[in-house]
Amino acid sequence: MLKQDIKKPKNIFRSPKMRSDNLKAWFGSHEALNEISLSIPTFHVTAIIGPSGCGKSTFIRCLNRMHEVVPGTRIQGNVYLDEVDIYGSSINPVNLRKRVGMVFQKPNPFPTMSIRDNVLAGLRLQGMKTYDSDEVVEKALVRAALWDEVKDILKRPGLSLSGGQQQRLCIARALALEPEVLLMDEPCSALDPIASAKIEELIHELRGKYTVVIVTHNMQQAARVSDVTAFFYMGKLVEFDYTEKIFTNPKYKKTEEYVTGRFG
Amino acid sequence: MIFKKKFIKESTSENAFKAICFVAILLPILLIIVLIGDALIDGWSRLNLDFLLGLPSRKAEIAGLLPALMGSFYLMLLTAAIAIPLGLGAAIYLEEYASESFLTSLIEINISNLAGVPSIIYGLLGLEIFVRMSHMGRSLLAGACTLALLLLPMVIMVSRESLRVVPKSLREACFALGADRFQTIWKVVLPMSFPGALTGIILSMARAIGETAPLITIGALTYVAFLPDSIHSAFTAMPIQIFNWISRPQKDFHINAAAGIIVLLLVMLILNALAIWLRARLQRKVYW
Repeated sequence: MLKQDIKKPKNIFRSPKMRSDNLKAWFGSHEALNEISLSIPTFHVTAIIGPSGCGKSTFIRCLNRMHEVVPGTRIQGNVYLDEVDIYGSSINPVNLRKRVGMVFQKPNPFPTMSIRDNVLAGLRLQGMKTYDSDEVVEKALVRAALWDEVKDILKRPGLSLSGGQQQRLCIARALALEPEVLLMDEPCSALDPIASAKIEELIHELRGKYTVVIVTHNMQQAARVSDVTAFFYMGKLVEFDYTEKIFTNPKYKKTEEYVTGRFG
Repeated sequence: MIFKKKFIKESTSENAFKAICFVAILLPILLIIVLIGDALIDGWSRLNLDFLLGLPSRKAEIAGLLPALMGSFYLMLLTAAIAIPLGLGAAIYLEEYASESFLTSLIEINISNLAGVPSIIYGLLGLEIFVRMSHMGRSLLAGACTLALLLLPMVIMVSRESLRVVPKSLREACFALGADRFQTIWKVVLPMSFPGALTGIILSMARAIGETAPLITIGALTYVAFLPDSIHSAFTAMPIQIFNWISRPQKDFHINAAAGIIVLLLVMLILNALAIWLRARLQRKVYW
């Protein structure tokens, strides 16, 4: 239903939550991204698709400055969050990452912590005193659609959960920090179809509350969960449009070939 | 049929290999049994509380091990207090902070080479730097500093190994939650790697407690009739006491030496057991 609603105000790209401007990124001398200019619409789900090595993961890692964590990397160009350059000299990447949360390919709950502590990990690392931590834990787990499954076993280790539950725990951990943007780097690639379906359902629920960017290998998934889709190829942005348009009537031949499964 | 023949052939060679491997494990075990048995036979009669709590004497029957035992104990505590923070710190720097540069790889090569340097060289270094230049004299502190030097390469290597076990994905998860490097190391990396590092460190301490050469070089005394009362006091250690006893001409002192060896072996066994117990206990808290 939401999908139809959002189509009415014609241009959802007008006031984007995040925006990249001629973004280039390198690993050593290898150029992973070449002049990407992309606007990520507020409160919508943006999918990034493309064959392996096309730079889609690199792109979202530039959105919360995780790209620079790897030694030997650099970027050029600008990325804006609410029209403020996140690579500006006054921006602390640590503060940025509180506003732009991230979920990774493989579920990575902290092995030394319980389910509850995993949810609170972000807040504790920030040194925030959480007086109403029970409330925070419940809220985050409810939003991550995990509460009903774990509410009686919060003291158990995070790794005792199944893979799909672990991934939702990681989502809860990211949501506990109340981010404005949630980046998901192939969140379902290590999960079975049922667990993937649950995560997709969850992404549906997150739409409207958070701005979500999801990188995925799975074209059906992109078509199901996203409002807009960007197709990357060889470090370049080939096409960026409403998801429906990308999958039914793309402008470029390359996009059509990829979404119809002719390569990739 | 060809298949069957080949199969049989392979299994004989496998059996031969198995036998060789079995002998390889059997020989050291036998050696240890002979060693312990020999020490037990020689030293059993002298092994009593008076021996453990007695002071050295010119008469073998009443000579005790207490100063050496306490010397070794204090030495170990001091060595640990110096080597563990330095070693862990160096390991954390190399593993978490240092970028890949010529200097870093130079340091790495040096550390692994230093682990193979004979301990007497460390003794000479300790004699010059700690005993003479730093005016520590032939004190417990100088001994501990020397042993800490000797252990540092090993402590650094085991600590790095245990830091490396922590997957990159967990560090990234931590960064993505807005943690800085310090918090990531302190709250996520160290809790996970600590059990492994601790085990390695205790094992290297067990090695230090048996070291004789560097301590003799820096001038640990061989006859001490008092207990060390401060870090500046003179000291002796178990291996030195044993060395001293065994080099006496009187046969009776050789019994003391054997008894001393038993005590030293026991202490090392206890340390090893402690390492295993701690690892099992602490790792239960880390869910992989």
